[in-house]
Amino acid sequence: MAYSEKVLGHYTNPQNVGTLDKSKLNVGTGLVGAPECGDVMRLQIEVDEATGMIKDAKFKTFGCGSAIASSSLATEWLKGKSVEDAMKIDNMEIVEELNLPPVKIHCSVLAEDAIKAAVNDYRQKNGLPVLKIDESVVH
Amino acid sequence: MLKFPIYLDHNATTPCDPRVVEAMIPYFTNNFGNAASRNHPFGWEAEAAVDKAREQVAKLIGADPKEIIFTSGATEADNLAVKGVFEMYASKGNHIITCNIEHKAVLDTCKHIEKEGGEVTYLKVKDNGLIDLAELEAAIKPSTILIAIMYANNEIGTVMPMKEISAIAKKKGVLLFTDAVQAVGKIPVDVNKDGIDLLSMTAHKMYGPKGIGALYVRRKNPRVKVTAQIDGGGHERGMRSGTLNVPGIVGFGKACELSMNEMEADTKRLSSLRDKLETALLKLEEAYLNGDKEHRLPHVSNISFKYVEGEGLMMGFNKEIAVSSGSACTSASLEPSYVLKALGLGDDLAHSSLRFGLGRFTTEDQIDYTIEQVSTTVNKLREMSPLWEMYKEGIDMNSIEWAHH
Repeated sequence: MAYSEKVLGHYTNPQNVGTLDKSKLNVGTGLVGAPECGDVMRLQIEVDEATGMIKDAKFKTFGCGSAIASSSLATEWLKGKSVEDAMKIDNMEIVEELNLPPVKIHCSVLAEDAIKAAVNDYRQKNGLPVLKIDESVVH
Repeated sequence: MLKFPIYLDHNATTPCDPRVVEAMIPYFTNNFGNAASRNHPFGWEAEAAVDKAREQVAKLIGADPKEIIFTSGATEADNLAVKGVFEMYASKGNHIITCNIEHKAVLDTCKHIEKEGGEVTYLKVKDNGLIDLAELEAAIKPSTILIAIMYANNEIGTVMPMKEISAIAKKKGVLLFTDAVQAVGKIPVDVNKDGIDLLSMTAHKMYGPKGIGALYVRRKNPRVKVTAQIDGGGHERGMRSGTLNVPGIVGFGKACELSMNEMEADTKRLSSLRDKLETALLKLEEAYLNGDKEHRLPHVSNISFKYVEGEGLMMGFNKEIAVSSGSACTSASLEPSYVLKALGLGDDLAHSSLRFGLGRFTTEDQIDYTIEQVSTTVNKLREMSPLWEMYKEGIDMNSIEWAHH
């Protein structure tokens, strides 16, 4: 299977690889997937407490090129977004942006789950109610 | 100068040796006859070419030419062996013994046999990829008609103890079939010395063309028969009807002859290149060899690079280097290799594996380049891997509640 140019771009030149200090109150961490499934994504957001905007986002991913590209893209999209808007990112937008084939849709689902897990971690740390997340269909 | 892409997937298929292609060409055009046409020179010429090839194929495995049944490939030969014996020896019993790292062509044929009322025992291999001989012997019962154990495994290259297996089969009066696709032409295989009753092989794994293979069926001590699975004109002593693929057969014969002549030199050169590759890659932290180190083919190495996913790893160099992975990220099931799992590897290590298959045209420059590229990519992806970070921080990954899919 050939990869799309965009997947290759993110794979070769991934954006925002790294680790944020998860002990900080304004950092939310989402760790999704499982080593046995061949995909683990860790996505982190750092929120500007004054504005509620995401000022930094980092990821580390164990997985195929599409999983790496999905998480790299997700961190790009997260920066500058409000925490509320981050929750609106839909996996199909990632699929379209990266031209993921059907067999790789689960990578985008994982990225969406990682975003939501990171936001909820941030909310929990700050005494906000955890948002209910619909179970993703494709895994 | 290196030419790209570099092919290191010779267990999947091999290029045709130019000498094989040269031998085949006249049989597409001038000598196009049907080997079954007995009444004119076109047929005679085709028949003579098939006879010669049959000798070349037989010689490579120490068989008599009359014992070679040409098929469309090894999948068909595997089907013919297992189904053919099951049907032919139905009055003797219905039990077949095989193992859990066989090729799908054997495993799925055995599943079919089970639906037809047969009973199949799937021996579990040990963590080195070899079967336990005591377990094999214990599994044999009065209804056992066939033992089907591969000669060498396609994913990890391990070579089964065929002589010991055949001694047990002989002692118990059970037929022995071996899928020898990966072994024939690479290491010495002799149906008499090894005590094999049926053996499948294919041309395209040994620098011959695709679409042609053979089943060896023993004619003496004991005389073995299989029920035909394809009915028609009664070609191949009635065991496989269908007009013979003359150019393919000629190419197969030539490929066998070349493999026989060059086996010793190829083995020496390839095992030294393989060892160079393997030694260098195993120097990387948390890299593990899969399968027995001693009992294996000279040109294969299967290595897991922990905390890096195989498909993601291949993507780092797969425009330049062709290898294969036990990761199944592209398959619908998302299940990693059943062979690696059978060795007791966790799914995480199975997802992290690469198979390197060297071949007749592999050069040292290619191996040096591969070492460099694979090492660089493993290191790069580990910097990106949350699992590597956890490992480095000493976090026990089993303590984490993973969201299983």
